[in-house]
Parts: sequence; structure tokens; C-alpha cells
Amino acid sequence: MARMATTRRVVVSTAAAWLFGFLIFFPILWMVLASFKTELEAFAIPPSFLFFHWTTENYATVQERSDYFHHAMNSIIIAGGSTLIALLIAIPAAWSMAFSPTRRTKDILLWMLSTKMMPPVGVLVPIYLIYKSFGLLDSCIGLVLILCLGNLPIVIWMLFTYFKEIPRDILEAARMDGATIGRELVYVLTPMAIPGLASTLLLNLILAWNEAFWTLNLSTSNAAPLTTFIASYSSPEGLFWAKLSAASTLAIAPILVLGWFSQKQLVRGLTFGAVK
Amino acid sequence: MGQITLQGVQKSFGPVHIIKGADLDIADGSFVVFVGPSGCGKTTLLRLIAGLEDVSGGKILIDGRNVVDTPPAKRGLSMVFQSYALYPHMSVRGNIGFGLKMAGLPKDEINRKVEAAASTLNLTPYLDRKPRELSGGQRQRVAIGRAIVREPKAFLFDEPLSNLDAALRVQMRIEVTRLQKQLGTTAIYVTHDQVEAMTMADKIVVLNSGKIEQYGSPLELYERPANLFVAGFIGSPKMNFVTGEHAKQQGAATIGVRPEHLKIERDGGGGWQGTIAVAEHLGSDTFLYVDAGPLGMLTARYIGELSLHAGDRVSLLPDSARIHRFDESGNALRR
Ligand SMILES: Nc1ncnc2c1ncn2[C@@H]1O[C@H](COP(=O)(O)OP(=O)(O)OP(=O)(O)O)[C@@H](O)[C@H]1O
Ligand SMILES: [Mg+2]
Repeated sequence: MARMATTRRVVVSTAAAWLFGFLIFFPILWMVLASFKTELEAFAIPPSFLFFHWTTENYATVQERSDYFHHAMNSIIIAGGSTLIALLIAIPAAWSMAFSPTRRTKDILLWMLSTKMMPPVGVLVPIYLIYKSFGLLDSCIGLVLILCLGNLPIVIWMLFTYFKEIPRDILEAARMDGATIGRELVYVLTPMAIPGLASTLLLNLILAWNEAFWTLNLSTSNAAPLTTFIASYSSPEGLFWAKLSAASTLAIAPILVLGWFSQKQLVRGLTFGAVK
Repeated sequence: MGQITLQGVQKSFGPVHIIKGADLDIADGSFVVFVGPSGCGKTTLLRLIAGLEDVSGGKILIDGRNVVDTPPAKRGLSMVFQSYALYPHMSVRGNIGFGLKMAGLPKDEINRKVEAAASTLNLTPYLDRKPRELSGGQRQRVAIGRAIVREPKAFLFDEPLSNLDAALRVQMRIEVTRLQKQLGTTAIYVTHDQVEAMTMADKIVVLNSGKIEQYGSPLELYERPANLFVAGFIGSPKMNFVTGEHAKQQGAATIGVRPEHLKIERDGGGGWQGTIAVAEHLGSDTFLYVDAGPLGMLTARYIGELSLHAGDRVSLLPDSARIHRFDESGNALRR
């Protein structure tokens, strides 16, 4: 009896998980399919699901009209650069807050998070003007800087929670075992923190890769990453759904591949603390 | 060598005074147990000696050298934590050998020592496992192995057995004592288990809210408690305390008699009269909880079986040679 009930529960929850997964995946699937349709089929009603004229012509047009590799390179520089710099700043910050907290540590953490509560558009004008006078508009450095600053609170929060989970006792045991601070770092803390560091890095990379507000507003062509590349196909003058889909598919492909291979780290990162 | 001396050691956390001036002399090779109620500062005192906390005042001497400004890594002590605190990413071998690696010993010497320690602790089959693949008792052994392999000046134990079940606890208690005697290394052991304290210690330190109440051998503490706190804390069941007229007759504010020093007689004898409220028959012992009217509840212990039951009237006769007398402030009066 009990076993039957559990079997049924497993079946139901598995089905629900698949359904939910499919719902979330559907827009991406739709986009990929649309990218292989002709412009007419792309917005035909009723839409055809699989039986249309498969074509790769959109991809050819997109590559011809705008240089995918130029934008992809910018995306890599901007997402990678901002993530690395954010980690370099966040590691010592989270470290000190986790291992030698003061009375104000909690407040500082909340204050940092509060900066994420303000809509970015609220500071668009001042940032734009500052960037203009410093000549940072449409430059990779400028975008690296703004994305790094924008994601820093989240990176620090994530790392802080990981470091917090490392039991103090273990670090103290290392100290009793004669390890200096440097060796404690190398032999004990870092190996224990690596999963957390990896998932923070991955998540931040994805966030920065997909960031569209600042990249769209602060770049035009030189430093324009893939988000700008996509946006150039959603022009108000005409409907280019198929080409837009092709551009989007190209833009998310690298990060999708990266995400696929690092699923385990990502899941662990996002459920840290809940699952051990 | 591992002689440890505390001189007026104090510790405050912010405005809160936790350790209020501890003086202690721990002889080389002795086994000293810190006992006291929860929150009295046992762990804090141990961590001060380890160097994991900085003292707020006083001196800590190890072999005559003041170490208050020496980091824990340089004090030459090793510690066994209540949580075991094993390195989760290292094998048992790596865990036990970590201290030796930090000391820069050559690989084959580390291996030799680790294997020797593992065989003493019956850990040889597990050397290549990770801590999460071990049982609680085995983890505990690894933690002990990590402590002994470095041949420290002293071992510091913070309630190392409290996460084990009762049977394993008794077994480990004996093993730890045996190991310590065999190695002859000074040991400081924190517990709030009386039986552990009485059985393992050469000397016991009784702590109460940050103060050392008494320092002496287990039997000294049992036979000559320095004050009411120690008298009530050491011994199980607890010592009976009587105040008022009976105490005055003895020239004291309070007198104390241990349950095993009350002679139990059926009603009619002399001594303190009362009615049995609860009788516990363990076979080996009989415990009587007696309502003695104005004297309050008294506990009496009889070795062996005594067929008395709740509701029976008894008289309890204190062994006059073993009555403890205390003055108004609770300090023991000596004859
Ligand atoms: N880091 C700290 N900051 C502030 N107070 C502390 C700190 N560590 C300990 N205390 C306080 O010091 C007192 C003694 O703590 P300690 O851990 O030494 O007690 P203990 O005797 O080991 O108790 P237990 O038997 O429960 O382990 C407690 O009241 C505790 O709240
Ligand atoms: Mg404690």
C-alpha cells in the first residue's frame, strides 16, 4: 500500500517536473524553430510547429548584415572581464565579512543589496554623462566597469553565504595543526570553497552575458556585445522575427553550451545550503 | 614536556566578563578535566590556552614561556574538537598527516607516523576514505589520531565524546585514558559529564560562572569539597543540604550529607524522620527520595536491594564523620 502511494507520488512529481521544464524551455524552442523559418512563416497564424520550409537563410543574412564574431568577442570580453574583476574584489570582501564580522557587517550586506533595488534607468542620465566626459561611451572598459559594479553586490552575497557555510572549527583545526594563514588558505579554505567560487563565477558570467540595459544604452558599435546585435533586429520599421530569432539563437548559443556542461555546479550553486 | 600554568587569566567578550581571573598549575603528563555547568566558560578557557582566543589579561605559560602573544600554530598544542572538525576534502591519511605536512616532514616519514597512529587507533582499513564515509566513532578516532601524531606538548579536548552513543562513549573514555597514560602527554579535557570527570582525571578543575571553584584530585573533591557549589556539583545523586536547627547544632550555616552516607532504618530509630516519596530499585542500588518535613526532600542511597516502598516511614541517620559543614557564605568549615 505504502509503496504504491510512493510510486504514484514519484510518477506525478516527475510528470510535473517535465511539464514545468517544458514550459520554461518552450520560448527557447520556439525561438530556435523560428530561426529556421522564412519571415512569412515565422508570424503565420496558426503557427506551424515542425512542418515548414526549413531554411538556414536567416543565419546567412544575419552574418552578412552584421559581424557576429565582432559582437561575440565583445560579449566575451565584457562578461569575462566584469566577472573576473568582480570576483577579485568580492573574494576578500566576502572573506572578511564571513570570518571576522563586526557589528555592522549585516548592515553593510543589506546596504549593498539595496543598490540592486533601484531600477538602473534611475541613474542612466548621470552615468551617461559621466561616461561621456570620461570618454567611456562605447568602450569595452566602460561596459566591464558598469557590469562589474552592477553585479558586485550579488557576487559578494553569494560568496559570503558560501564562506559562511565553511565551519570555523575546521579553519581552527588547521591553525592548531600548525598552518599559517597562507597555508590555511591554500590547503583548507580554497579547496572547500571551490564549488562555491565556481558556481558564483558561472552565474555571474550568465548574468553579465545577458545584461541588456547598460550594454544597449552605453554602446553603439565598437564595444557592442551580442545583446546589441540582437536588438538591431527588433526594429520598429518592420517585422524580422525569423532573423531576430536567428540572431538570438546565435547570441545565447555559447552561454547555453557553457551552462549545459556546468549544470551540476550551477544547480549546486543555486541551491546551496538547502541541499548538501 | 608540557607544563601549563595560568596566572590571573581573564577574558571578556565586549562588556561581558567571562573568565574572571584563573590561576592554575598543570603538571607535565597529568590529565586535567574541566567540569562545570553549561555556559560557565570551560570552552572559552580551553580556547584561551589553545590561542584561538586572545586573553584580556593575565599570562599563560607553557613550559615556563609566556605564550599569550604566540599564535596557536606555534604553541605546540593539539586540539580535538567536539564537532571533530576533520578536513572534508582530505582522506583519513591526509587528515592525520596534515600537521606533519605543515611541519615540513618528508613524505615517507609522514606516512610511517600516520600508519603507526592509525594502527594504534584501529583506523588502518580506513586510511584512504574521506571523513563523510566514516561513522561517528571512526571520525572521532581520526580527530584523535590527528592530535597524537604530532607529538604535541599537550592535548586539548573539548567534549570530544559528547556526540557518541552511551556504549561507545564508555569505550572511548577508556581508550583515551589508556592512550594518554601510554604517551605520557599532558591532557586538558573539557566535559560536563561527571562520570567522565571522576574516572579520567588526575585532577579536576570545577568552574562556575568563570571562576575556578576548586582544583584537586577526584577523591579530594568528593571528600573535601571547598564550598557548597563543588559539594553539590560533584557526586551523583547530589549531596543533601540541611539548614536551620540541625546545622546550628553542628556549628554551621548549612550541613551536607551525601546520599550514600545516610544510614536507612525503619521507622522508630533516631535521626531524621520522613516518608518515602519515591523508591527506585536498580538491583545494585536502592535510591530513596524521602519527604522529611521541615528538612525538605532528602535522597538516600543503599548499596543492594532494600525492600522499602513509597509511603513507608523511615529514619535516616547521617554518618557523623562524613557530615560536611559550610558557613554563611557557603565555604567549607574544616574541623
Ligand atoms: N565569541 C563569543 N562572544 C560572546 N560571548 C561568548 C563567546 N563565546 C562564548 N561566549 C559566552 O561565554 C560564556 C561561556 O561560554 P563557553 O562556551 O566557554 O561555555 P561552556 O562552559 O563551554 O559551556 P558548554 O558546557 O555549554 O559548552 C557563555 O555565556 C557564552 O555565551
Ligand atoms: Mg563548551
